[in-house]
Amino acid sequence: MSAPQVAGALPGPDSPSVARSGRGQREVFCGLTSIVWLHRKIQDAFFLVVGSRTCAHLIQSAAGVMIFAEPRFATAIIEDRDLAGLADANDELDRVVGRLLERRPDIRLLFLVGSCPSEVIKLDLGRAAARLSQAFAPRVRVLNYSGSGIETTFTEGEDACLAALVAELPEAAPAARSLLVVGTLADVVEDQLRRLFAELGIGPVCFLPSRDAADLPPVGAGTVFLLAQPFSTATARALEERGARKLAAPFPLGAEGTTLWLQAAATAFGVDPMHFNRVVAPARARASAALAPYRTQLAGKRVFFFPDSHLEVPLARLLSRELGMQLLEVGTPQLNRQHMASELALLPAGASVREGGDVEEQLDRCRTLRPDLTVCGLGLANPLEAEGLTSKWSIELVFTPIQGYEQAGDLARLFARPLERQMRLRC
Amino acid sequence: MQLTVWTYEGPPHVGAMRIATAMRGIHYVLHAPQGDTYADLLFTMIERRDERPPVSYTTFQARDLGTDTAQLFKRAAQEAYERFRPQALLVGASCTAELLQDDPGGLAKALDLPVPVIPLELPAYQRKENWGAAETFYRLTRALLGPGRPTPEAKVRHDPPRCNLLGPAALGFRHRDDTTEITALLNRMGIEVHVTAPAGASPADLQRIPEADFNVVLYPEIAGSTAQYLERCFGMPFTREQPIGILGTQAFIREVAALAQVPAEPALTGSPARSAWYSRSVDSNYLTGKRVFIFADATHAVAAARMARDELGFTVVGLGTYAREQAREVREAARLYGLEALITDDYLEVEKHIAATQPELVLGTQMERHIAKRLRIPCAVISAPAHVQDYPARYSPQMGFEGANVLFDTWVHPLMMGLEEHLLTMFSEDREFHNEAAPSHLPAAARAPAQAPAPAEARDAGARCWSSEAEQELQKVPFFVRGKARRNTERFAQERGLALITLETLYDAKAHYSH
Ligand code: SF4
Ligand code: SF4
Repeated sequence: MSAPQVAGALPGPDSPSVARSGRGQREVFCGLTSIVWLHRKIQDAFFLVVGSRTCAHLIQSAAGVMIFAEPRFATAIIEDRDLAGLADANDELDRVVGRLLERRPDIRLLFLVGSCPSEVIKLDLGRAAARLSQAFAPRVRVLNYSGSGIETTFTEGEDACLAALVAELPEAAPAARSLLVVGTLADVVEDQLRRLFAELGIGPVCFLPSRDAADLPPVGAGTVFLLAQPFSTATARALEERGARKLAAPFPLGAEGTTLWLQAAATAFGVDPMHFNRVVAPARARASAALAPYRTQLAGKRVFFFPDSHLEVPLARLLSRELGMQLLEVGTPQLNRQHMASELALLPAGASVREGGDVEEQLDRCRTLRPDLTVCGLGLANPLEAEGLTSKWSIELVFTPIQGYEQAGDLARLFARPLERQMRLRC
Repeated sequence: MQLTVWTYEGPPHVGAMRIATAMRGIHYVLHAPQGDTYADLLFTMIERRDERPPVSYTTFQARDLGTDTAQLFKRAAQEAYERFRPQALLVGASCTAELLQDDPGGLAKALDLPVPVIPLELPAYQRKENWGAAETFYRLTRALLGPGRPTPEAKVRHDPPRCNLLGPAALGFRHRDDTTEITALLNRMGIEVHVTAPAGASPADLQRIPEADFNVVLYPEIAGSTAQYLERCFGMPFTREQPIGILGTQAFIREVAALAQVPAEPALTGSPARSAWYSRSVDSNYLTGKRVFIFADATHAVAAARMARDELGFTVVGLGTYAREQAREVREAARLYGLEALITDDYLEVEKHIAATQPELVLGTQMERHIAKRLRIPCAVISAPAHVQDYPARYSPQMGFEGANVLFDTWVHPLMMGLEEHLLTMFSEDREFHNEAAPSHLPAAARAPAQAPAPAEARDAGARCWSSEAEQELQKVPFFVRGKARRNTERFAQERGLALITLETLYDAKAHYSH
């Protein structure tokens, strides 16, 4: 696969069409869902949602069978007495946090996570965080962000969380050059990327979020950053405000995406192109080899994306360019045109990217087009299967390590398996 | 504010969804933010339904607040009506929309739709899922039936007698199979099932409910208030007995026979329940006095306790429920076992009680399954909340005589079989039967060391000092009785004021407790 020289290019005249559509029902999770993977990544942090029974039920349902131990998240459920003013919501929150921290002496970082109800009643979690931070200093730091459904969609909860963390990052010395990788990656992926950067001679390299909340990467005018996840809009903005500079690149999905992504860093750090090719060649060849059998299975198959995880555009790029699939519709909840520019430039001309939208109309279009594979949320997958439409539920794409060279094959398999299964079953 | 780690019940609008989804010809328009659409997956993934729940969400966003959320609701209701053409429309608000006070009921009425529109007021900051389901079923039935017969005439008795089956809903624990089982039982008694609701019923079916002679209430959590209304306004009596276990089923048959004025004997004699014989067979001797901890919704908890004690010969060491609405029933039942009921919806509280009681078997919900897994105690799920594996493909009722068979199997399976237990004890020093040996049919995970030590409270309570010799000996006791041995020995030592537990103490205690 040839690597086109388009990183950072803006969509040209024959770029895909991008439409914003529909005001109807949006069938997507809210940002609270991100807690399910964030709490596993940041190992000494606790996420306390200030919300309703619905919020608690959402996280629990999204977390599925992960109920093995006392988790590092919980919900402070607002009750009638809080609303009726019988209890002061701030006092109640202080009491709940006190009880929690007493129970969990291992917690160093506490996030108060806002929800729709806490926002509608205008509970000031920023002030509460400052107050509680003071009360529990130096043992525990308390931060806040919103994961509410009226403000955030699914993976945007992670963005809001990381943006809150940016304010806490120590100041780097003005001349200190460093690379920051932004967005939650599985530990195994993080380690692979660290090794590649080290071989390339790029460093120091830090990751946000880091596994250990106490170990926050410094940021300053010498910091350049790469987005590992396409939904880190607010985090990128916050980093830019701290003087850091964003490197434009596609996202590290597939052999091509990973190469272009690493290349953006290599260029910024003045790595010799020959050296770059030498370093990445083995892993890149492995990735291409891992993709090849799936290309045979997937080439020519037609795929339809419902808007869900914000990963849709980079995934569509991978499916079309490296696996030969045909894109019928690429729905995504919101499209950040700036962060997505390098991706859009790689999509085939005429691909239809749709932002937002009405789930009923999407279903109508999907039923008319009858794609070979439909990528959608958990609420839609089985009903579509029952209509004979093979589907891939997208939440697996945020729980599974899919970034980087070594995961390219795993990622392709996630799309191939539903189709293979379809072929195997005889009744 | 209440600190909650895991919840037993969702919000009340999820209860409303369980009614709407179970029925035909209903659509529910819910004023709610986008994240609340997660509830669809409960039905499509956990229960594996092949259709989306008949629910439209307004999915208002922050920018809509204070401007046109009411408008948004009206449009959503209008569009939902046009697209789905339901025979009746439920409208309501989730927790967030409740704060906006847009009045979905009034807005929907203003649309002047040609079908009944039933507003649901489900206070999300006070009530929970089961209450929401019961309230929805009641409001819906009431709206479709009206205030009732002003002067209840002498009831026409039908021949054959007719009853309705009330309670089965979507996302219920084995509701589908219970319905089949109990319908067959009633038919064997010569009774016709007129309407089953909410599962499978249309609004028109609900209107036919008063045509029957009486109501069979399978799940009082869901159908209790509706049955009371039907009794009050239509003079329809209803059943109180739950046909769970052999004894429960027999009591139910007698109650139904009296209501229908048919003989009970044919259904009672020749009962097809093998569980009674299995329980008497010698292999079941080892079940005697097994200490069981029960935590579930009220119906299943109370019924399981009776079956555990009277049909399997277990000892009930804990009984509780997360359903505060039915706390009274469970408290009364607990007294029969000399226990104080555990009424809480705090998962950590339940865990603490189980750890302290150290039962040999836990009968609970999917929450208790996780607790039991951590504490390495065998467990069977007997009630909602349940997970995907609790919606099996096979026929697996909990009610009626076949239900008793199913319960016998599912409760006994996690325990050691009698012979196997003896072998383990006899050969406890052999390598194959080392201390970590678990029943071979349990997943390997059960054999892994518990991820977390038992909560500090549980250990500290009786912690005495063990000599290394005694501790080593204790390790030779098979793991599934080791907790009991440790607990008994420590209690024995404490009662005698022994500071150190020696090998001697261990065997003294064993002798003391083995009669
Ligand atoms: S959408 Fe809002 S109310 Fe619903 S679960 Fe998410 S934060 Fe809670
Ligand atoms: S593994 Fe076999 S012998 Fe052991 S309990 Fe299960 S069925 Fe019985």
